[in-house]
Amino acid sequence: MINLSLRELTHLLAQKKISTAELASVYLDRCKQFNPSLNALLHIDDDINPEHLLAAADHDGPLAGIPLIHKDLFSTQDVKTTAGSKMLSDYVPPFDATVVKKLKQAGMVSIAKANMDEFAMGSSNEYSYFGAVKNPWDFDRVPGGSSGGSAAAVAARLTPVATASDTGGSIRQPAALCGITGIKPSYGRVSRYGMIAFASSLDQGGVMAVSADDCALVLEAMMGHDALDSTSIEAEPWHWQAPRDAAMKGLKVGVIPAWLEQLKDDDIKQSTLQALETMVAQGAELVNVDLPHADLAVAAYYILAPAEASANLSRFDGIRFGHQSAETCDDINDMYRKTRSEGFGHEVQRRIMLGTWALSSGYYDDYYCQAQRIRHLISEDFKQAFSQVDVMAVPVSPEVAFKQGEKSDGVSMYQADQFTIPASLAGLPCLSMPIQAARNLPVGLQLIGPYFNEQAILSTAAKFQLVTDYHQRMPEAFL
Amino acid sequence: MSINRKELSEMAQLAKLDLNAEQTQQVSQSLNQITDLVERIKKADTAQVDPMFHPCDFWMPLRDDEATESSHKESLLKLARHADEDFYLVPKVIE
Repeated sequence: MINLSLRELTHLLAQKKISTAELASVYLDRCKQFNPSLNALLHIDDDINPEHLLAAADHDGPLAGIPLIHKDLFSTQDVKTTAGSKMLSDYVPPFDATVVKKLKQAGMVSIAKANMDEFAMGSSNEYSYFGAVKNPWDFDRVPGGSSGGSAAAVAARLTPVATASDTGGSIRQPAALCGITGIKPSYGRVSRYGMIAFASSLDQGGVMAVSADDCALVLEAMMGHDALDSTSIEAEPWHWQAPRDAAMKGLKVGVIPAWLEQLKDDDIKQSTLQALETMVAQGAELVNVDLPHADLAVAAYYILAPAEASANLSRFDGIRFGHQSAETCDDINDMYRKTRSEGFGHEVQRRIMLGTWALSSGYYDDYYCQAQRIRHLISEDFKQAFSQVDVMAVPVSPEVAFKQGEKSDGVSMYQADQFTIPASLAGLPCLSMPIQAARNLPVGLQLIGPYFNEQAILSTAAKFQLVTDYHQRMPEAFL
Repeated sequence: MSINRKELSEMAQLAKLDLNAEQTQQVSQSLNQITDLVERIKKADTAQVDPMFHPCDFWMPLRDDEATESSHKESLLKLARHADEDFYLVPKVIE
């Protein structure tokens, strides 16, 4: 059961070989059995409303009755939504995020909420107030972040699908480190309404699942303009049609030789080259492209994202919702300071301070505006590259999942985002799919597409997955 | 580029954060590492480049000015630690 695709699960449900309640139970039982060893979930919905299950079963469409887990930064009505923070540890939203609402309307059944780095700031999931998430392939290692709970849950088959979000790599990097498929759509494709904000010009909701086909089916139900998010773009929705065969004849795949050279881990390099050869064997043509300003992307990102975060997180004042200090306060500013210092973890405070610095007078032009100019240059680099190729295939992470506690300073973790940040700055659709493992640890390949062309990367990944089985492999402890 | 303690203290005031001595030391150290990282963007030649504040440089959709759902005052006030009828309660701000 747990190795079936969404299409196969839908078929079983339609044939009434299994009920929606039975299917939910299969995954709920696994959540209860395995979560204590992973800490991937913050809330398991033990008591799903039977009426909700019946209503889900009545839906038409490919997702009716399919269980899913939401990353805990998507607001869920009457269900605690913490964003991995003490600040929101008791917060119960009175509304659903648009993504949650849309998937509910498609008949999906939410069974749990996934752990994450606090306010989505982190690449290892060690920054959750509720404790680190373990990598299902090796419990001593991190699952990546910030959507590490979602990634670990899919990898361990606690759910067939999870929602996630990506600001600088938070879907692709954990997907790569946990051996699953994860897509960040184009900025503006999916509504951010009800998704707790980190950096508003970069944040984008997406999907994690076993295969590209599963991701595409769920993304199709999630996307579209939303009057409640003016940055969600009005555009023709696409209808996913899975490729019938793996032929890639005529497909021009951009590769960046300099990025391959930057891979110091020979096993990852070898896996990446082997995956590219697989694409060539299906008829794809590899074309060398260059992103000459991409080496400035990490630096620009760590100005822009903290700047936006410092503004976004100013809403947490302890008055309207969220944590409020119980200490005696001299005045309102004292209460703000005590509340925020108690409610935010160290990494969040560090980024707020960095963002406050970048936006402060005297530094605004030199750093913040300069970073926005670098962003423009990187966006132009991509436009130039996509005038020559249909998709780009590049590494996701320069390393396999690292040991918990191995990276104690933020900067060394930030630099590992070098391959994911450029596409984030340009707002492009991108995904990670599993390729040959390195030393029994998962490795991902990143596909990047032109703006608003998620189909190009999903179709390429789906074809790759027709002739490979890396995406179907799962950690032995969860078989 | 390094951030001194005075600047750090001013920033903490602006960000409404209380940092104790140990935290100040840690934040100072890590911010200075990060500023070393971001310093390199200043060297890029961007004289002819406009800042790109947003990945979608096209128009934002406008909606018709229609009456929509009513106020959620009651459910929102329930989230507050301290509220009285229609008001949030905060420490005294006017002497």
